[in-house]
Parts: sequence; C-alpha cells; structure tokens
Amino acid sequence: MLSGWGGQAVPGEERVGESLEALSRGAVLSRGLGRSYGDSSLPANPADVLVNTRLANRILAFDEATGVLRAEAGLSLAELNRVVMPRGFFPPVTPGTKYVTLGGAVASDVHGGNHHVAGCFGEHVRALRMRLADDRIVECSPTVEPDLFWGTVGGMGLLGHILEVEFKLERIAGPWLFVESEPMPDIDTFIEGLDRVAGAWPMTKGWIDCLHRGRNLGRGLLIAGRWATAAEAGTRPPVEPRNKTLPIMMPNWAVNPLTARIFNSFIYWNAPRGKHQEIQPPHMFFYPLDAVLHWNRVFGRRGFTQHQCVIPRAAGAPAVREFLRELLRLNPTISPVCVIKDCGPEGRGVLSFPMAGTSIAIDLAATPDIQKIIDRLNEVVIAAGGRIYMSKDRFTRAEHFAKMEPRLPRFAALRDQYDPHRRLRSAQSVRLLGDRA
Amino acid sequence: MKAVVLGGTSGIGRAVAQELAARGDTLFLLGRDAADLERSAADCAARNPEHGVVGTARCDLEEPEGFAAALDAADAALGGGIAGQGFDTVIVTAAMFATQDALEADVELTRRLTTVNFANSVVFCEHARKRLLARGGGRLVVLSSVAGDRGRKPVAIYGAAKAGLATYLEALDHKFRAQGLVVTCVKPGFVKTSMTAGLKPPPFAGEPVAVAHQIVRAMDRGKPLVYTPRMWALVMLIIRWLPRFVMRKINF
Repeated sequence: MLSGWGGQAVPGEERVGESLEALSRGAVLSRGLGRSYGDSSLPANPADVLVNTRLANRILAFDEATGVLRAEAGLSLAELNRVVMPRGFFPPVTPGTKYVTLGGAVASDVHGGNHHVAGCFGEHVRALRMRLADDRIVECSPTVEPDLFWGTVGGMGLLGHILEVEFKLERIAGPWLFVESEPMPDIDTFIEGLDRVAGAWPMTKGWIDCLHRGRNLGRGLLIAGRWATAAEAGTRPPVEPRNKTLPIMMPNWAVNPLTARIFNSFIYWNAPRGKHQEIQPPHMFFYPLDAVLHWNRVFGRRGFTQHQCVIPRAAGAPAVREFLRELLRLNPTISPVCVIKDCGPEGRGVLSFPMAGTSIAIDLAATPDIQKIIDRLNEVVIAAGGRIYMSKDRFTRAEHFAKMEPRLPRFAALRDQYDPHRRLRSAQSVRLLGDRA
Repeated sequence: MKAVVLGGTSGIGRAVAQELAARGDTLFLLGRDAADLERSAADCAARNPEHGVVGTARCDLEEPEGFAAALDAADAALGGGIAGQGFDTVIVTAAMFATQDALEADVELTRRLTTVNFANSVVFCEHARKRLLARGGGRLVVLSSVAGDRGRKPVAIYGAAKAGLATYLEALDHKFRAQGLVVTCVKPGFVKTSMTAGLKPPPFAGEPVAVAHQIVRAMDRGKPLVYTPRMWALVMLIIRWLPRFVMRKINF
C-alpha cells in the first residue's frame, strides 16, 4: 500500500534502492518522501512500477565559492540543511517541511515565504539529469533542452524521472532569524499587511483563522522574517530539539469544528498583542509542523486533504473574502492550521503553481462530503481566475482543473514530444489530465 | 580518525561513512564498483567540513586475493606514504543477502553467501587486525546481524554465517583488547536499506541514518557489541530465551 501525506492509501508497490539509473528503467513514476498530500505520487494502477528515491541521497559536488551543489534526487532538505547550514548556506527556497527530496522540490516547484523575492525552487536549479519515458538519460537546463527543463519544473514527474539536481544555495549571514509578528484583526487588514511587509521583508507568511466569521473573518497572525545578523543573534549554533512524534492514529472525531475553533482562538489570543520581534531558530521559523513527526495522524483513519489555491491580485481582497465566506458556509471539518501568503509573479515552470496574488492553504478532513466542498471551493477559485496547487490535491475534477489551467495545452504538447504514449503517469494525472488508468 | 570502510557506498555503510565525513574524519572507501566509489567519495568530501580528501580502491568480498592490496592502498593513501601511519579504524559493512527461499533453491548461492559473509569476512578482518596490531592497535567495526543470535527459520543460512562471524569478533575482542585492538560487533535488526527492499518491514524497523549514528557512538565508546535499533536488544533477548518447542512452532 502507498499513501501521500493525507493518508487514504492505495494498493501499489515501489522499487527501493540507491541507484536511480537502475531503478527508473521502465518505471512510470518516481516518488520521494511522500509529502505531497494527495495522489500526485500514487500509482494510477496497482501494477504500475514506482521508484522511491529516498536512498539516493549522495551529494556529488559542492562548490563553497559559488554555493552550487549537485546531488542525487533523493537527498532531503533535512539532510542537506545539516550539511550546509554550519557552513553558511541554506536552500534558496524551502517549503514548510524539510522532509522533501530535491526531486520532489523540483517536481512540485515548491515555494516558500520568500516567493515574492526569490520565486520558486526551480528558479535556482541549474541542471537536471533525467530518465525520459523512452528510457534515454539526458541532462537538461535552462539552456540545454529548455522546454524539457521548464516542463519538469512543477511537472509532477510526468515528463521523466529526476535523477540528479544541480542548484544554487543561498549564502546566509548566520543560522538565526529575525522575526516580527503582528496580529491582524480581519482579512482586509491582513491582505494590506501582507502587501506592506512584502516590500520590506524577504520572508513573509501568515497564519489565518478560517473559522470565525463576521467582524473576525480572516483574523490571524502576520509573520515576517529575515536572516539575523551575528550582532543580533550571537554566534552560538541553534540546537534542534529531539523530534516528538504522534505515535498513534487519532480517532476521526479528534479534529472537529469545536476543537478546531478552540485551538484557533487559543493561537490567536496566545500570541503577543501588537507588534512583536524576536530571534528564532530556523526549525521554528521554517518548519514548525516538522516538530511533530506523523502529525497527519491527528485526522484519524479517514485521512485529509489540503486545498491550496491562489487568488490573483486582479481579483483582490473581495475575492479572498468571498472565498473565506464560502468556506465558512460549507462548514467543513477543518484543521486549525490555515496558511495565507502573498505570491510574487508566475515563474517559468510550465505548470508551476504560484502567480501574483494571495494563496490560502486549508487542511480539510476527508469527511463524506469532501468532494462537494472541494468542488464548491474550486468554483469560487475559478470565478476569481485563480488555480490550485496539484501537490496538495486529491479531489479536484478534471473539468474544473482545465478551467483553472490555460497552460494545460502547452504541457500536453511537451508530453506529446517526450512521452507520446503517456507511459509516465500517476493517479493524479489520470484524474486531472485524462491519462488512461 | 582515519577510517577504511568496506561497503561504504550503500546501505548502512553509506550512512556510517556520511556520518564520519560530516564530523571531519578522513575516509578511504573500498567497494566493488569504481564509478560508484567515486560518487560516494565525492559525497563524503562534500559533507566533510575539513574537506578531507577521500581515497577509494576496488575490493570485493568474493575476491580474497585482493584484500591485502586494497588495505595497502588505503594505508598508503591515509598515511601519506609513511609506514604505520595509515588507518586507525577499519569498518566492514559489506556482505551478501538472499532470502532463505532463494538460498534453499540454489546451493551455489548458499556457497557464495556463506563464503562471503563468513570465511572471506574473517579473512578480511585478519588482514585488517594484523595491520592494526602492528601499529599498536585501533578499531575494528564489523556488521554481523541479529539473524545470528538464534537458529531461526527465515534466516537459517544467512544467520548461521553471521553467527560464525559474531563468534569470531567476540574472540578477537577477548584476545586482543589488552593489546589495543578494540573490536565492535554490530548486530542490526531490520533496517530500511536496499538490502531489505521488497521485504515487509516489521515493527521497530530502523532508518539507516539513525542506525549509523548508534554505530558510530558504540565505536567511539569502544563497546564490544551493539544492537541497533536499540529495541532489537530486547527483542533478541526474548528470542534467545524461547524454548525450542516454541521456535519450531513460530515463523520468526
């Protein structure tokens, strides 16, 4: 059985090993640490051969003069950070979990709090070594086979298996962060706030309360950060606490509207009133949820999904407000951890998720009515001209996806060129792109 | 530390080599595939904050005639050409694995596996410990297995070879510790590596990184025997005390 981060396992098996070149021959999809929430890394058919890349974790070259690093695709950011942070480097872009492989980071073209200044991960990739559907092994980059390269960035592994990734690390002043947080009373203030801090801070994000309506609609915490100077933070290295773990599957009722509301109010009222500044270690700023391994078990056996969308800037605050209102009207079983972020301009990845606007991510329990909820949310997103993030998705309908993605024909043309028989596929590509099952 | 690692390109050996490199130890990697050795050498060099240059040489547990030359190459590289100044630590993680079904179906495979995992492993350790003793001692760390703790149905042949190796390592510890040779016998339980790919992981299955960390700690402390992940010490304690009529019944 294989599952994504949202649970709901499907039958299937994966090849595990250290040589991706050997394993990927004849395989239909590569997957890493399985942190995509939905079915992006799941087999379309139990007989499909998948490759698990996590044991292919070698660094092949690291030039400290330039920060350029090349590694096998299964190297995780967790391991990478352990190696490069003490030497004054950090990934140029990191998602909200360090348990993502380099291959996964490219395939999802992950973004982080610095999207408005740094773009997505793919912007920093220099070269990829890939195995294509016809079993050829090729090297591509923004100048060599650029179409293949930009199709693979954010292409969910559907143009080929990513074997090696070469990218440029960011040089950092030190391992600590200077963080400023401020409570936001409602959604309009929040969107203004995100816009304001984006001009002054390299990293911004927001925690948003998606469960309180009326005057409190969209209240939350706006968080901005930058790397702290040695004068601010001192020189001692941060000590990462031992990982806690959620050892057992929680019952399905553990996350319910009441517990979620209580938790939300607790976060909001527990935060300092007014502007607050502090020095934070990187694991607290970038990876707060990684502190508890297997936190996805809190949703119980039914599993969960995430709905992450971006509402374009043109549609503005009214569209975001409308989205939140619709969410409240649907009254789904929702997690207390909703994230809001303003995205910078669209990147070059053909199917890369972000575009200039406001992104909202909500964890939703996979209750019996989840399909209806996702459908309705997607209709609001389509009306606003936005789109969803494939790496989080399990329930979006193909017709909705097509309306969100005018870029699909371009991606299909690339697949026609590199994989005309659609050998490479996932459960998601069957559901969203119409591949045969 | 200057360590030779036989089997450092994959599995637990790779994780041990990565951990040693990350703390600045100098390594020399032995393995079967020259290209794969180069990739692991690059990996260890990149992880090493001292930029310790890593050497490699071919060495195959199926070719015992090459053991002496491989260790000499490691000695020369790590000692900068000065006799007796080479490696102070030898780590052996290489071995063969096959399921009991495969071994029962093929006696030639049985011969190869028992030769590699017992006879040739002992021969390699003999070459290594003589060199270490000649320079006043050092560390020898070798992977046996929990499979050798009891005659068990699913690992009858693999376990027997690993049991023989563990007995040899115990005797080395008894005989040579006073002369400065610190021998650590590692008994890994189920670890999620390429060796166990395709097998269903039991409870308490370990991750290579965590297992490597425990091995390096045990080595630093000079422990003669370590079970890893820790839980397997308890599991095997129980298994060792099970009476035979129970062992005949169960399929563990």
